[in-house]
Amino acid sequence: MILLTHNMLASPMKEASKQLHLKIECEEKVEKEQEYNADFLNRMIERIDWNSFCAAAQSLDVGNGLPESKEQVDSSNEEQMKKIHHALMEVDVVKGSLVCTETGRKFPIAAGIPNMLLNQDEL
Amino acid sequence: MSRPEHVAPPELFYSRDEAKKYATSSRMREIQTSLTERAIELLALPDENSYVLDIGCGSGLSGECLTEAGHVWVGCDISKDMLEVSKEQEVEGDVILNDMGQGLPFRPGTFDGCVSISAIQWLCNAETSTSNPYRRLLTFFTSLYRSLVQGGRAVLQWYPENPQQMELVTSCAMRCGFGGGLLVDYPHSTRAKKYFLVIYAGQRDGQIHKAPKALGTEDAQNEARFENKRDRAHKGKRGREDISKKEWVKNKKQRQRAQGKAVPEDSKYTARRRGPKF
Ligand SMILES: C[S@@+](CC[C@H](N)C(=O)[O-])C[C@H]1O[C@@H](n2cnc3c(N)ncnc32)[C@H](O)[C@@H]1O
Repeated sequence: MILLTHNMLASPMKEASKQLHLKIECEEKVEKEQEYNADFLNRMIERIDWNSFCAAAQSLDVGNGLPESKEQVDSSNEEQMKKIHHALMEVDVVKGSLVCTETGRKFPIAAGIPNMLLNQDEL
Repeated sequence: MSRPEHVAPPELFYSRDEAKKYATSSRMREIQTSLTERAIELLALPDENSYVLDIGCGSGLSGECLTEAGHVWVGCDISKDMLEVSKEQEVEGDVILNDMGQGLPFRPGTFDGCVSISAIQWLCNAETSTSNPYRRLLTFFTSLYRSLVQGGRAVLQWYPENPQQMELVTSCAMRCGFGGGLLVDYPHSTRAKKYFLVIYAGQRDGQIHKAPKALGTEDAQNEARFENKRDRAHKGKRGREDISKKEWVKNKKQRQRAQGKAVPEDSKYTARRRGPKF
């Protein structure tokens, strides 16, 4: 799971707000190269929740040099954009969990795949 | 044709072995690819570099077409085995284990569009005594609507089992606020016939959703079977237009011609009552 996907995920628990982000507990991550696509990146910067992205990036040690707010993003600054690209698209959490902060429910990540299935009694 | 959804629940049917078939069979690849290409065409995204959701992404065959078309995608599937094969194939999309009938776990306004290839018929089956297909469909469509940007489209190719299922699925989508409807490619051919639910989540300013044209139909009357509930309300009890007997015969002959059958020309005697025989 990359941080772009993480930023778009909401807790599936029925008690939880659909706006709320899940907390990442990372046990293993890999870095993989992804083609840099400025057009796509700009569209996604508009869409993501910046605070959540920065917090997640910090927790994975790839938050250095990221602008503190969306307003400080300068799309003509290629060095800065490459950093955002790296943190958002190239760091893959392969093992760990996602924690719903409202209910404490953990969703395990294995082989890079977050398991968001609910049990019968959670429906 | 046997229907896998009657055999076992999807997470068991799409086992390691079945997943391997998707990865290795060139026939499977060909079918899924052509369905996905048509779905992407119907999705009519305004930009390359869109962010697209693939529901029931499986081993990633449909996703590979999205990558080809220049989009970034996220896939959801209920089968861990299928998703693991997608990882082994090193597909570009990120994938999530999720049961669409429990709702899609995304924040509002996430995706520019959505495709689903050969998956949603699974929702019409009750896997356990407590699961209710109608409720699962509503949960699914509500979460899909929420996950799309305003005016975003979803194109869901599927294999409806019967007309009741078509009605059920379409009406659930409409109840959750979607516009659009069912599009049928090659409606006259049993083998080539393909069903696409083409639906949209509201409208952006100035955006007009034009009903796409179905393939394999030649006259304007049959072209777009893209109907919504309101249109259907004007039709007779069985969802058909009330038409005269003569028109019915002419339509039938037209359908048979489209299937390549030898059919007599229409004339002034077509569909007339024959006189009594002596
Ligand atoms: C025929 S396969 C198609 C896979 C892929 N779209 C392709 O084109 O190759 C159907 C997929 O739908 C998935 N599926 C069935 N029921 C599902 C559900 N409730 N939620 C998510 N995925 C489901 C199955 O696991 C399977 O991978």
